[in-house]
Amino acid sequence: MPTVSMTVNGKSVSAEVEPRTLLVQYLREHLGLTGTHVGCDTSQCGACVVHVNGESAKSCTILAMQVEGADVATIEGLADGDTLHPMQEAFRENHGLQCGFCTPGVVMSALDLVRTNADPSEREVREWLEGNLCRCTGYHNIVKSILAGAKAMQG
Amino acid sequence: MSETGIGAAVRRVEDKRFLTGRGKYIDDIDQRGQLYAWMLRSPHAHARINGVDTATASQAPGVVAIFTGADMAADEVGGIPCAWQIHNKDGSPMHEPPHPPLAVDKVRHVGDQVAVVIAETKAQARDAAELIAVDYDVLPAAIDMDLALADNASLVHDDVPNNLCFDWEIGDKDATEAAFAKADHVVSIDIVNNRLIPNAMEPRAAIAQYEPSNGNYTLHTTTQNPHVIRLLMGAFVLQIPEHKLRIIAPDVGGGFGSKIFHYAEEAILTWASAKVPQPIKWTAERSESFITDAHGRDHETHAELAMDKGGNFLGLRVSTKANIGAYLSTFGAAVPTYLHGTLMAGVYTTPAIYCEVKTVFTNTVPVDAYRGAGRPECTYLLERLVTKAAREIGMDPVEIRQKNMIQPDQFPYQTPVALEYDVGNYPASLDTALQASDYAGFEKRRAESESNDKRRGIGISTYIEACGIAPSAVAGALGARAGLYESAQVRVHPTGSVTVYTGSHSHGQGHETTFAQLVSESFGIPIEQVEIKHGDTGEVQFGMGTYGSRSIAVGGPAILKACNKIIDKATKIVAHILEASESDIEFKDGKFTVSGTDREMAFAEVSLAAYVPHNYPIEELEPGLDENAFYDPLNFSYPAGCHICEVEIDPETGDVDITNFTAVDDVGRVINPMIVEGQVHGGLAQGIGQALLEGCVYDDSGQLLTGSYMDYTMPRADNLPNLNVGTQSVLGASNPLEVKGVGEVGAIGSPPAVINAILDALAPLGVDDISMPATSAKVWQAIQNA
Repeated sequence: MPTVSMTVNGKSVSAEVEPRTLLVQYLREHLGLTGTHVGCDTSQCGACVVHVNGESAKSCTILAMQVEGADVATIEGLADGDTLHPMQEAFRENHGLQCGFCTPGVVMSALDLVRTNADPSEREVREWLEGNLCRCTGYHNIVKSILAGAKAMQG
Repeated sequence: MSETGIGAAVRRVEDKRFLTGRGKYIDDIDQRGQLYAWMLRSPHAHARINGVDTATASQAPGVVAIFTGADMAADEVGGIPCAWQIHNKDGSPMHEPPHPPLAVDKVRHVGDQVAVVIAETKAQARDAAELIAVDYDVLPAAIDMDLALADNASLVHDDVPNNLCFDWEIGDKDATEAAFAKADHVVSIDIVNNRLIPNAMEPRAAIAQYEPSNGNYTLHTTTQNPHVIRLLMGAFVLQIPEHKLRIIAPDVGGGFGSKIFHYAEEAILTWASAKVPQPIKWTAERSESFITDAHGRDHETHAELAMDKGGNFLGLRVSTKANIGAYLSTFGAAVPTYLHGTLMAGVYTTPAIYCEVKTVFTNTVPVDAYRGAGRPECTYLLERLVTKAAREIGMDPVEIRQKNMIQPDQFPYQTPVALEYDVGNYPASLDTALQASDYAGFEKRRAESESNDKRRGIGISTYIEACGIAPSAVAGALGARAGLYESAQVRVHPTGSVTVYTGSHSHGQGHETTFAQLVSESFGIPIEQVEIKHGDTGEVQFGMGTYGSRSIAVGGPAILKACNKIIDKATKIVAHILEASESDIEFKDGKFTVSGTDREMAFAEVSLAAYVPHNYPIEELEPGLDENAFYDPLNFSYPAGCHICEVEIDPETGDVDITNFTAVDDVGRVINPMIVEGQVHGGLAQGIGQALLEGCVYDDSGQLLTGSYMDYTMPRADNLPNLNVGTQSVLGASNPLEVKGVGEVGAIGSPPAVINAILDALAPLGVDDISMPATSAKVWQAIQNA
């Protein structure tokens, strides 16, 4: 089996994997980073969103071997010890999650929006989120959380 | 109100673990020596199985075992049971054909399980499944309900004539006929309540484990009610006694009803885990969820409303066909009957009602409870019909509702369809919603839209529902095979912190916060001192789980009852230690005081005394501070409210833009307003999704055409508006917490508000009907056809 190496949440990791191993499988099954979820099999739901070299990507749609040498960030790497990242804190403060299953992907996606658009409008947030499905919140409080999180990150 | 007590918008206790990726959903859990299962599923809607050849597959790399229906039948494994028995009009019981976990002689829907492959990796199990050769004789499929009921229809179950599961009725047929005979106006409607796919974001999953040294089974499974699964699977399917079967449902990623039911995969895995014997894990792929999670709704209804000259309702006649799918799922029989027909009075004083329901087997996935379960179907037909009636007799849709509403002084109100509403104020909800939506300013907004070549409409829905699915005696009389109480254990530790074990289950509702607020309020202690445990039959004494908006209405009072038992016992301990009479002890803000003195004991001092009983009334009281309670209410609770939707439609494209959605809901006492709003938001999204986007489609051969997120339109952030929600509550009268339940109101009230708004917008163009989902294409076509 081939070996794949990358940096995940700042740590260098390396493993032998079957060539068909998806990035999400590598994160969950090899590294035990189970915060990244799988909610569909058609690359639609966005529960698996992580950052690859700083940009959001659906980890169910990339082979682990495609990100050889890349810098990968997952939900587990966001908080600073016990202190939540401002975007995580905004979700907590604004009840932007219910069952929590889609949440890691939504938060990682939201951070990529703010990276390219520091002060998004409500409409821009709603349109950006077209790659993330949530069945619990009706998106109302997710949108509110992202707007608040963006503001806090400017702050 | 304390900072973390009843009424406070406490931020959720559970959020930190979900936000940091430390939630523990089933697929996040692994067991040592774990194997993986892959289900081989039928590609046909209806076929006879002549044989299943597993010889080649068994030799594939990594394969440990392959089992078929014949193997389970040889072990005399039972069928998947239905928890509710409905009777026909003539008193005979419904048909209950067998539902083997793995198909034996026939497959009855696309996705039906034919074999399970167990291998060292999931990929190996899946690869091997492709090597199994199944010899099918494909049979014609029964899909459309009318065709399925016809005399020449293909039979889903050979011994169920006309595929008719049961033919049920409720209400007074003669009185209703008499009401129609004297009516001045009769308005009728034919509507379809579209079939939906629940789509909790976490696919179902399970891990079964058998311990040969003691015969104990443990099943981790994505369920809303672990004790119910233990009871159904243990007693009816696998004959495993309850002390040998532990069910664990840790973090569960949404349910909406679809994770109530006992599913075949749970029994297959548990049974197989003893054969292997190693832990076995199965996680559904989303494509499997589409063809195996129980679907919702799927009713076709003809309804008629009789009125006098003044628009007063005289009678209602409803005839529904309900698709129940290929097998009876756990609550499948209850949904179109006692959760549907019993709500036909709505919020109105209609004196005579008759409702009949034919439930039909088809070669589709079983249909069962989905958020609202029966009540959205009822509300949709009533609120469409009432709005149509207003239009036909030239009355304002607000006025016809006001004229026929049950008034606040009429409670308790006995409806003609079994239920007795306890308390409510429907005109107040309507008034508040009219103001919040600026109903009075609508015509001005309509004129503005028209000046931009758009069509604007406004739609109202005034709904009621029955929640807190319990009263065991009532439920029993209606056919439930189990009681529907809830239980709680409140364990106060020696230093005064508290662990609560609840039989309710949280899969997004925030029980770890709301329930802790009840305890914080009861004991006057901060919420950090309280931990809520749920979801493990090995920890929690018993429980009936979470569905039908029952957690706060039934599970909440059980916690309160146990807390009160704790306070009673603590009072006795304090009276002994402070040498006072029990009747002189007061408990407030976490302190016991002897009234009129400065003698007091803090809550934690009493708990310590209970566990270190050096100075203790040992002859009268046992040590310890740990109480159990079971709570069974006397009646359902009845949330109600008014939803008003305003839309602007582009007639060139058929695009429907919801410009405002107002929901005013009466949910009784609000424990955590932030969580209550969130629950309403989520329900509204599912209701608006049903009205505008979502629809499950089978072709005539029984293939699911909407089997992925590429084809089944889930609401996304840019499909939905900001939601203007508020509560206007009359405190509940059916339980000591005075709560009513909030999980389903959004999904129940909203679909008719949306469709009524669309029809209001399009009425000037001559459009008088449109079916859900009212997609742009459908709206555009309706405009072209008008």
